[in-house]
Amino acid sequence: MRIKRIQQVEKIKDNVSSDIDLALLNPVIKKFKNKKGNLIPILQNAQNLYGYIPEAVFRRLAHETGLKINDMYGVATFYAQFRLKPVGKHIVRVCHGTACHVQNAVKVTDDLINYLNVKDGETTEDRIFTLETVACLGCCSLAPVMMIGDETYGKLSGKKATDIVKDIKRKEVAKNKDKQIVNISNN
Amino acid sequence: MEKTKVIVGLGSCGIAAGAGKVYEEIEKIKLTDNLDFELKKTSCIGMCFKEPLVEIIDESGSFLYGNVSVKKVDEIIEKHIQNFAPIKEYIVKSDLFDTPDKGYFDGQIKIALRNCGQIDPESLEDYEEKNGYDALKKIANEKISTQDIIQTILDSGMRGRGGGGFPTGLKWRFANNSHSDKKYIICNADEGDPGAFMDRSVLEGDPHSVLEGMIIGAYAIGASYGYIYCRAEYPLAVKRLNIAILQAREKGYLGEDILGIEGFNFDISVKEGAGAFVCGEETALIGSIEGERGMPRKRPPFPAVSGLWKKPTNINNVETYANIPWIINNGAKDYAKYGTAKSKGTKVFALTGKIKNGGLVEVPMGITIKDIIYKLGGGIIDDKKFKAVQLGGPSGGCIPEYLSDTIVDYDSVNATGAIMGSGGMVVMDETTCMVDIARFFLDFTGKESCGKCTFCRVGTTRMLEILTRITEGQGKQGDIELLEELSYQIRDASLCGLGQTAPNPVLTTIKYFRDEYEAHIRDKKCPALNCKKLLTYEVIEELCVGCLVCKRGCPVNAIEGEKQKVHFIKQDLCTKCGDCYSKCKFDAIKIY
Repeated sequence: MRIKRIQQVEKIKDNVSSDIDLALLNPVIKKFKNKKGNLIPILQNAQNLYGYIPEAVFRRLAHETGLKINDMYGVATFYAQFRLKPVGKHIVRVCHGTACHVQNAVKVTDDLINYLNVKDGETTEDRIFTLETVACLGCCSLAPVMMIGDETYGKLSGKKATDIVKDIKRKEVAKNKDKQIVNISNN
Repeated sequence: MEKTKVIVGLGSCGIAAGAGKVYEEIEKIKLTDNLDFELKKTSCIGMCFKEPLVEIIDESGSFLYGNVSVKKVDEIIEKHIQNFAPIKEYIVKSDLFDTPDKGYFDGQIKIALRNCGQIDPESLEDYEEKNGYDALKKIANEKISTQDIIQTILDSGMRGRGGGGFPTGLKWRFANNSHSDKKYIICNADEGDPGAFMDRSVLEGDPHSVLEGMIIGAYAIGASYGYIYCRAEYPLAVKRLNIAILQAREKGYLGEDILGIEGFNFDISVKEGAGAFVCGEETALIGSIEGERGMPRKRPPFPAVSGLWKKPTNINNVETYANIPWIINNGAKDYAKYGTAKSKGTKVFALTGKIKNGGLVEVPMGITIKDIIYKLGGGIIDDKKFKAVQLGGPSGGCIPEYLSDTIVDYDSVNATGAIMGSGGMVVMDETTCMVDIARFFLDFTGKESCGKCTFCRVGTTRMLEILTRITEGQGKQGDIELLEELSYQIRDASLCGLGQTAPNPVLTTIKYFRDEYEAHIRDKKCPALNCKKLLTYEVIEELCVGCLVCKRGCPVNAIEGEKQKVHFIKQDLCTKCGDCYSKCKFDAIKIY
């Protein structure tokens, strides 16, 4: 049951929340306030802004729209789409639909778990990747499949999937180095 | 002379296979060489196993190229377009000659998919050219009454394509009979079955046909507003639906006094689902649109009487709506011509798994499963032995090879213990373990259970525990009977379809593959060599040359051996990762 999705509420003494620009929510609140059936679209829009739904956002939304915080939390924990924790820059979604399962998707996930050193649903320490297994991406004829961002990769093996992720990581690391060099030269 | 057309299939799976890059390459060559042809986009052509697909239509006919890579583009343009010499070995379908893939196309009748892969889904003109919105115009011009429309749908014999198989006309009649100041019509596009992508292809490939079906439905039942509840996992479908809705509004197919029918005001918006399989159940879907947790509600009252915001509501599936305009245009008789006594028309199946020609097929009801797999699907990958086919996703069941003469219609499929479902057809071969498949589905339904009914919530969890235990070699005598008992209880004590059908994958696999369960429990062996913990890896002494490759590669140092001497796997250390098996060049490792 989905109740498992409820995250342990860690009292991160809002070092994350303090960086959150709550003003970004204003257009969302304006658009959906007092509309019938607005709860899910509000949360979807909020998540689009922050990548997840921080606690401060729940509070702000409750305050501004009159929606009850427990209703919002109930909905957010019911649907797989909503996240209560920050995610990595790239979300790696490995399909575990039936077609992918019979074509050994488990091996793909296992290899990624080993390489990234995170469990299903977790984010790597460097915040580059979040690994998720999903029910079906609907590209069954290319099974096994994974999606990173909007890009779909098909006919995977454990090694092929790991290579793709490695490649992205290399590029990210290179980008960061460039930034550092720019920073240093600017200083 | 008409310009030569080059059409690239840009559905989700085409794009995943690289069609976007192929399109860019063609565009680039067209510009740099200043070539005179029309470059167009279309959506899923259905032949997923040959993606990316590019169709060239010139004065001699139509040629469909398969597996087009960026590298091949140059050659195809040069030979075919510039020198009028089609490259036969790349062509998968043509008007002029037979291809090895002929079987895939013969035997298909396209009604719901009539425009998929034929038109640019983002062009209203393309749709109109293919008789689009003619059905709606016919209703307006001939002043066909709502009762006559409903009668036509009833006469066509069409049953809901979402899986339930309830007669669509009857559903419409109930909604029509309810009196209220406001009624709603909903399109269920929450295609959550793993292994099914028919609805996605229709939405991406021909969104206007779904809109037209909904508009006709709205007129027939007297609804003034419609929602399309679409999975958030289908971003391209959502995008194309929104484009289609804007176009339809501009042209007056949506709005007030539609096509001059006085008082017929109707509009549609798209609601994105948030990822919950149970929302495919109609009352849960209504709850979700209302902004709540998608938990099923008690029926009666049925949505036709009290649905969305307690108003009469009609819900049909994507494929159902896509059929409606065709039926109005061609008449109920033409539709009922296809199919069997109780299941009329055609059905779209998503053919996946261990099948050569994976993709979408639309076939008349009454075709046998064997014909779909061998004639259209081309048989099993690597010509392995066909074992079973899974129909109906997590609510369905596995039909074994010896019942493959079963015909596809609601009642015949139900008689096997599976269900027709929305049309996912996952083919399994001798390497698929049926206990593992049952475990896989229970894992899915357990996670997706909304938690409202105890039997579904706790029962699926307990069943999953038992199945996991069996696949890990901890099965006990009596487990099969326990699974059966739990199955009946969950089936009888759950409110909605999810719970009532959740045990189906277990019940059908026990019914047809009991010996596999017994092998796991009694002998601690997996006959399909799939369940990791039950496998033994051993070196075949006669074949081992002592090359050390497996020894070096073993991640847990479980292999002992010296150069040119037979190696040995220490069973207590082996983690059954299979690394040695895949690395051995001499096939000297056996699994049993």
